[in-house]
Parts: sequence; structure tokens; C-alpha cells
Amino acid sequence: MNGKVLEVRGLCVDYGIGADAVRAVRDVDLTLHRGEVLGLAGESGSGKSTLAYGLTRLLPPPGVVSGGQVIYHPADGPPVDVLTLSPARLREFRWAQTSIVFQGAMNSLNPVHKVSTQLLDVIRAHEPSSTAAGRLARAKDLLRLVGIAADRLDSYPHQLSGGMRQRVMIAMALALEPQVVIMDEPTTALDVVMQRQFLGQLAELRERLGFAVLFITHDLSLLVEFSDRIAIMYGGRIVEEAPAARLYAEPLHPYTEGLLHSFPALHGPRRELAGIPGSPPDLRAMPAGCAFHPRCPKAFEPCDERVPVLGPPGVDDPTRAVACWLHPAVTPLPR
Amino acid sequence: MTLSPSSIDQVTPGQGAVAQPSVRARRRRFRFVANAKAATGLTILGGYALLAVIGPWIAPYDPDARGVDVLQAPSTRHWFGTTHLGQDIFSQILVGARSVMVVGLIAGVLATILSILIGVTAGYLGGAADEGLSALSNVFLVIPALPLIIIVASLVDQAGELLVALIIGLTSWAWGARVLRAQTLSLRRRDYVEAARATGERTWRVIGFEILPNLTAIIASGFVGTVIFAVMSEITLAFIGISSVSSWNWGTILFWAQGQQALAQGAWWWFVPAGLAIALLGTALALINFGIDEFVSPRLRTGGRTRIRTADGRTVRMRVGFTPVLAPKAAPVEMQDTRKDVTP
Repeated sequence: MNGKVLEVRGLCVDYGIGADAVRAVRDVDLTLHRGEVLGLAGESGSGKSTLAYGLTRLLPPPGVVSGGQVIYHPADGPPVDVLTLSPARLREFRWAQTSIVFQGAMNSLNPVHKVSTQLLDVIRAHEPSSTAAGRLARAKDLLRLVGIAADRLDSYPHQLSGGMRQRVMIAMALALEPQVVIMDEPTTALDVVMQRQFLGQLAELRERLGFAVLFITHDLSLLVEFSDRIAIMYGGRIVEEAPAARLYAEPLHPYTEGLLHSFPALHGPRRELAGIPGSPPDLRAMPAGCAFHPRCPKAFEPCDERVPVLGPPGVDDPTRAVACWLHPAVTPLPR
Repeated sequence: MTLSPSSIDQVTPGQGAVAQPSVRARRRRFRFVANAKAATGLTILGGYALLAVIGPWIAPYDPDARGVDVLQAPSTRHWFGTTHLGQDIFSQILVGARSVMVVGLIAGVLATILSILIGVTAGYLGGAADEGLSALSNVFLVIPALPLIIIVASLVDQAGELLVALIIGLTSWAWGARVLRAQTLSLRRRDYVEAARATGERTWRVIGFEILPNLTAIIASGFVGTVIFAVMSEITLAFIGISSVSSWNWGTILFWAQGQQALAQGAWWWFVPAGLAIALLGTALALINFGIDEFVSPRLRTGGRTRIRTADGRTVRMRVGFTPVLAPKAAPVEMQDTRKDVTP
């Protein structure tokens, strides 16, 4: 837990160019520290996936990154801004430094190729000097790492269960020992038992290999348990960021509170489940001021006029940040 | 852990996502025309359609009328020159447009209807009906269309427009039927079609409301393709003298130009305008076809438009996997700062 590994500063992502552009991500500041799990949660359409694809520059057209910096700090060497890399450098950078696990593992593996072909391909592409035997040994190690027998290398994706396929994806993501692994809802397609297994394994792997994880999900209960810090997104902005336990214990932003109250707690007294009224804002016509104010039960006078800035809610509390007029920022968060 | 009814009432879906529906609907309606290729093609085709209607009225001369100016080069009196008999070629082209358009349209509509009937029925019904109809379309596929048209047309003395259109339409449906059958085979196994059948919808309704709307794009492009083929066939028939040489179309002009050795006499104005008219019509139809393709498959659409101009005049290249960055590049000074941050 020392030092930054990925730093996002003022990232803006648009869909489309010019007057018709939809701002899907606005001025996002996010810091991922070495070896930590940062959870990114929010409703559908809050921009969490767009943020992840924007910072890796994987957004398909018409997505464009319209501002900001994504600074990656390699273990050795000077920091690089991912947004200024040339295509060739970007190709080298990807997978070796940051890898990504996509939503549907079922669809990410090519059904006509064996697991081994797809796994070896990555290593061959990034390390052309490696020998065939060396690559094979590495692939076996990787599978063992995620708890799959090495003889499964010769299987086709359809011969594996959903959970195994997801673990193969993790193995592929870890193939080049990246510093950062971005996971875009990797557990949505799995049942709860598999989710549990998957998360346990991920935690163990992280312990062993020390990579940092940016974990995107709409399942806040999952994050509370599994991540070190949680950032909540709403309407393309980060509205609250805090250590997981503290966010769960005392959410500051009314939206976070709403999210936390929309799933039942296993312990403690029974409480009434309350959804969040209304629906996510239309990104083409965002409400003035705080994007959440039309749905916010605690909205008051400045909410519909001025956009709250993300910052620490108190002088004594530098670990968390919130963008809400109920807890006005002492100073903008120093980064 | 009960969900209180009040909290359900509060959730009104779609509250946030309100846009101006009229503007959006209008934009969607004209999206096809907004495609540059489709717009160009439709404009040219519209011009031809107009000519087909008013051509014979606005023609300055009777196309059959002989004149004293024999084999004249283009001039202000005869815009496209004259033939060996002093006939005005501009008038012949104007008058000929109607025949070309009518034959193309009738043949295209006929072939499209036949291909839908046979292809979709075969694909949807399956079994013996499929075998029979597929065999029929296979037979029509392997018959060389143009020779067949020539033989049938020459059986009838001086075949007229309508007959030519019918012959072309009746012989050129097989390819479309084959494509539609394949697509129907894939569609009929989709869940929503199965669901419609499971709820007891009648066959005609499943085909008409569940399957046909999904085939619109294929049918449209098949129609355009057949029209191109029909126009070309009609012109070919006229050019080789199978259809009536007394009714004017662009093929007839070429027939006379060929017969009188226009090229050898240096009378380029005799065949170039007709040839260009044919080429332009073919281009227009092909452009509409491309437009339909791009309209239906967004992948093709974005693929065709990879370079986009931004507001400040820069050109950005859209490429999958390399999202363009519009921001000004990071100042090197700032990069120094971050390095300082990280060293301790």
C-alpha cells in the first residue's frame, strides 16, 4: 500500500464530437495505489465502465477522451501519461502494465481456439524472445495460479464451466504480471457461489502478486467486503470516495446512503429497504447543480445551483472525499 | 426486510431520461437520408424518375422525326447531336428514360415479391416445402438468365416493354429467394419467433410481423440489385435488337449507334450520352444500396467514417482500441511534478 500506480486527473470522456457530444464522464480524479483494490460502484449509466475504457483508451467510436490525464507510475522508470502514448507504445503498454477483464468471460474467449492457443498467444506477442517450452511452462503456472489443472490447457472454452472460464480470463489478464488489473463487472455472469469463490481467489492472488485492482460493479455489497477503498459514481462524476469500512459505516453522500440501503444487511437489526426514487439522469440534459438533487431526499438550497466539488468533508479526515453540499469540501482534495 | 409499497410508488421510471421526442423522432426518420451516399443516390434516382414522367413532354423534338441536320455534333439546336437520319438524340434519351425506369421498376417489384414468397416460405416452413422451393430456386439460379431472356423474348415478335419486364422479373428472383431463405432459417429459431408460435399466432402473422420486418434491409437491397440487373438486361436486349426497336430506350439508341457504326464515323455524341445515362443510373442505385447497407449495419457506418473533424478544426481518427484524445497534450512541467511526488 505505498505510492500511486495509476493516477487519473480531470478525466473527461465524451460520446460524439461537437455540440451533440454526450459527456459520459466529467472531471474524474481517481488514484489507485500500489496493491490496493479500488471499487467503483454506481447505477447503470453512471459512467463507470466508460471511465474504465476511457482511461485504457479502449472506448469504441464514437467515444473520445476529451480531457485530463491518466498517469501510470511503472515500478521502475518515469511516469507516463497513457493518453499521450503513440499507438505502438500503447500496444506495448497494454497487458504488460495494465490488463483488463471484461464483463462476459463467455464472450471474451474465442470458441474455436483452445485455451492454450489463446494464452500462449499473449505471451508470444509481448515477449517474442521467449521459447516455446518456456511459454508453455508459464501458461501451466498461470492456470495453476487460478486453480485450474494444467491439463485443461487443451480444452476449448465450451468444455469449461462459467467459473472456470472466468478464471481463465483472470489467468490471461495476469499472464504478463501487470501492475494494474481493471475488472469490469467480472462477477455479473456468475452465481453467488461462484462469485464468492472468484473473489476469494482474487484476494489471494493479489496478496501473492501484489497488483492493484480497479473493480467495477453495481453490487456495492460485494465491494464493501472485498475492496480497500470505494468510489461511488453518479452522472459521470465521482460523488464519494472512502475506505470501504468507513463508507459502509457512515456514508456521507445521500446517494451512497441510498445504494447502501437498497440491499439487506446480514447482521444487525432489520431495517426497511428503501430504493432510490427516480431514475439516473439523462446525460444529454443534466440537471443544473448537483446531478443527484432531483432525487435527493436531503436536497436544499445550493444543490440545484452549484455543482459540489469532491473534497474531504473535514480537516481531520483526509482519507475520504465527498461531493455534497451537506458536507462541503474543506479544500479541494490535494493530489 | 420488506420492500415498502411507498418506495415502489416513488420510483417513476424514465423521469430523468426526458428529451425532446419530436426532434429525436424527426432526426431518426431522416437518418437514412442523412447518409451522404443514400442522399446522392436518391437525388439522382429522383431526377431520373422525374424524367420518366415528364421526359416525353419536355423533349424538344419527336424522337422518330427525321430532320435535315444529319449526323450533327452537339449544338444549341440539338444538345446531344443527331443521328444518321437527323433524329434528335437528346429527345431520344428523354423519351427513353420512361421505358428504362418502368421496366426496371416492374421487374424489380415482381422479382422481389417472388423472392419473398418463395424464399421466406421455404425458410419458414422447412421440410418438404423447403426442399421443393429450394430445388425450384436452384434451377432458376443455374439457368443463365440473359440467354433465357433472349430466347423467350425472341419467341415473341417485337417484345414490348411490359413483356420484357415480366420476363426479367420472372427469371431474376432466385438469388434473392436464396438469401431470404437463409436469413429466415436463422430468424425462425430466435426466441421471439418461437414465443410467437408458442402463443398460438398464425403462421402468416408470425411471418408478417415477426420475420418480415427483420428482413427489410435484405429485401430493400435485393430490390435495388434486381432493378440494376433489370435495367441492364433491358438495355442489353434492346442493344442486341431483341426487344422492339421502334420503342425508345437507351439500349435502342445504342443499337442504332452500333448498327450505323457511330464509333467509326466519329459520332461520339450518339453513344456517349446514352452510356453515361446508364452508368449514372447504375451508380445511383449502387449508392442507394451502399446507403442501405450502412444504415442497417452501424459497424459499416462507423467504419466508413473514421476521420472526424472537431470544433477547433483538428481531424481525429476514430479507431477501435485507440480512443482518440482531444485534450491538449500534457505539459512536460506537470510530468516533472508527478515524478517528484513519487520518489519518496
